[in-house]
Amino acid sequence: MSMNLTLKIWRQPDASSAGAMHTYQLADVSPDMSFLEMLDVLNEQLNDKGEDPIAFDHDCREGICGSCGLMINGDAHGPEVTTTCQLHMRSFKDGETITIEPWRADAFPVVKDLIVDRSAFDRIVQQGGYISVNTGSAPEAHSVPVPRDDALRAFNVATCIGCGACVAACPNGSASLFMGAKITHLGELPQGQPERDSRVVNMVAQHDHEGFGGCTNIGACTAACPKEIPLDVISQLNKDLRTAIRHGH
Amino acid sequence: MACVTPEREDNAPSETSHQLGASWLCVPRYRLHVATQLNGPRLSGPTLVKGARASRTTIALKLGMALSGMVFLGFVLAHMYGNLKAFAGHDAFNEYAEHLREIGEPMLPHGGLLWILRVGLIASLVVHVYCAVVLWRRAAKARTTKYVVKKDTGATRASLMMRWGGVTILVFLVWHLLNFTIVKVNPQGGETNDPYNLMVDTFDVWWLTVIYLVAMLALGAHLHHGIWSAAQTLGWTGTAAKRQRAKVTGFVIALIVSVGFSLVPLGVLAGIITK
Repeated sequence: MSMNLTLKIWRQPDASSAGAMHTYQLADVSPDMSFLEMLDVLNEQLNDKGEDPIAFDHDCREGICGSCGLMINGDAHGPEVTTTCQLHMRSFKDGETITIEPWRADAFPVVKDLIVDRSAFDRIVQQGGYISVNTGSAPEAHSVPVPRDDALRAFNVATCIGCGACVAACPNGSASLFMGAKITHLGELPQGQPERDSRVVNMVAQHDHEGFGGCTNIGACTAACPKEIPLDVISQLNKDLRTAIRHGH
Repeated sequence: MACVTPEREDNAPSETSHQLGASWLCVPRYRLHVATQLNGPRLSGPTLVKGARASRTTIALKLGMALSGMVFLGFVLAHMYGNLKAFAGHDAFNEYAEHLREIGEPMLPHGGLLWILRVGLIASLVVHVYCAVVLWRRAAKARTTKYVVKKDTGATRASLMMRWGGVTILVFLVWHLLNFTIVKVNPQGGETNDPYNLMVDTFDVWWLTVIYLVAMLALGAHLHHGIWSAAQTLGWTGTAAKRQRAKVTGFVIALIVSVGFSLVPLGVLAGIITK
């Protein structure tokens, strides 16, 4: 059984040019293809016709690198809770029209077609998404005990791959879920404590500086998150910032 | 991560040398190459913020909204309690209104406490509206190119109505104060210095009741999302259970307030509350 699809895809030659939606017909799509493989097939056909293939970001294609974010029919990463590369065409119906757009946020400018520049996230991480330790030989793992529940929470939110789906889904274009994941991940561990206050203040300031919007706790971010980062990381983010204010930051 | 350039000038080596936990900064070379082709190296791109202050962040604005919102929550609960005195009759309602002015006497002048509360409410209104306007404008600028197709998966209707719902409540507030406090408009042309009679005369007019009920719907929706949102902004919802509790609390209080306020005009329409 194969599928015939109508694809409406955002095409934009480069960052400074205007873009528009283009419509493509794609026949004989296997339901077992991943969404990106479906785009690969379309690109092969475009190549054969001598047209410019559709540029989209991708890397690992196994759901762990966070490169392949696409807005599919109004949902970040499409209708399933996973990354675009792990989305399969069986999630769509034969004859369906699929609208594919890049992440829309002024802090994520379009580079070409469906590729956006997410380096704003890198700069947010540069402002505190790390811990300062001396490098060298690894320290003895048991020298700093970590309570099990804390370790579990840190690991759960450390699964954030920085794909930007939270920003893409948020009606305010806020990156609070992303920041909350980093704040909670490092704040739950003993190694994250010395820089805890400066981390949250610097990261949030960079977030605001990049032009992301403020959070209104709608929850569209967590619904879109392929790693199911829970909304309570934003509560943690807010709490850490409130604590930093109290500490005079 | 199309345009990561770890060698950028604003990325001082002293900062990067001990960055752990940012392994996803390591970008495959070919994608860096693609980005360079497409966009050119971004050497004079966005900068890193220096000297950040916590009080200047969007989260500080959200804290302002949450705290001023809680002042309003206390106010509407007390106001609703006072309104329900209407079911106890003309004298009970008017005496309650008079007692409000006598609280604290003789330490405070007549109506003194009321004015202290009013100043607090006006200050809260200024903070709430100011923060809302700043955040609304930020959100509008954060996505200037809209999606062709966008679903609001995971969002409640109330959460998407906060801004225009807030404007609705503000417009109603102006009318409500003109109606009952500042100008005292009696739509039936009757007396205006008797709070109970002014209230009954007002709600005897069906379309004034409709305006009131629409405003209570807006208030209910605003509280439904606002209470939970305030709890989240204040950092009180750190677990799934606490989050659920905050959402249920928000819904229950919103229901109590909107129904509690609506009972009085409905009571007038039904002929339970009469002059």
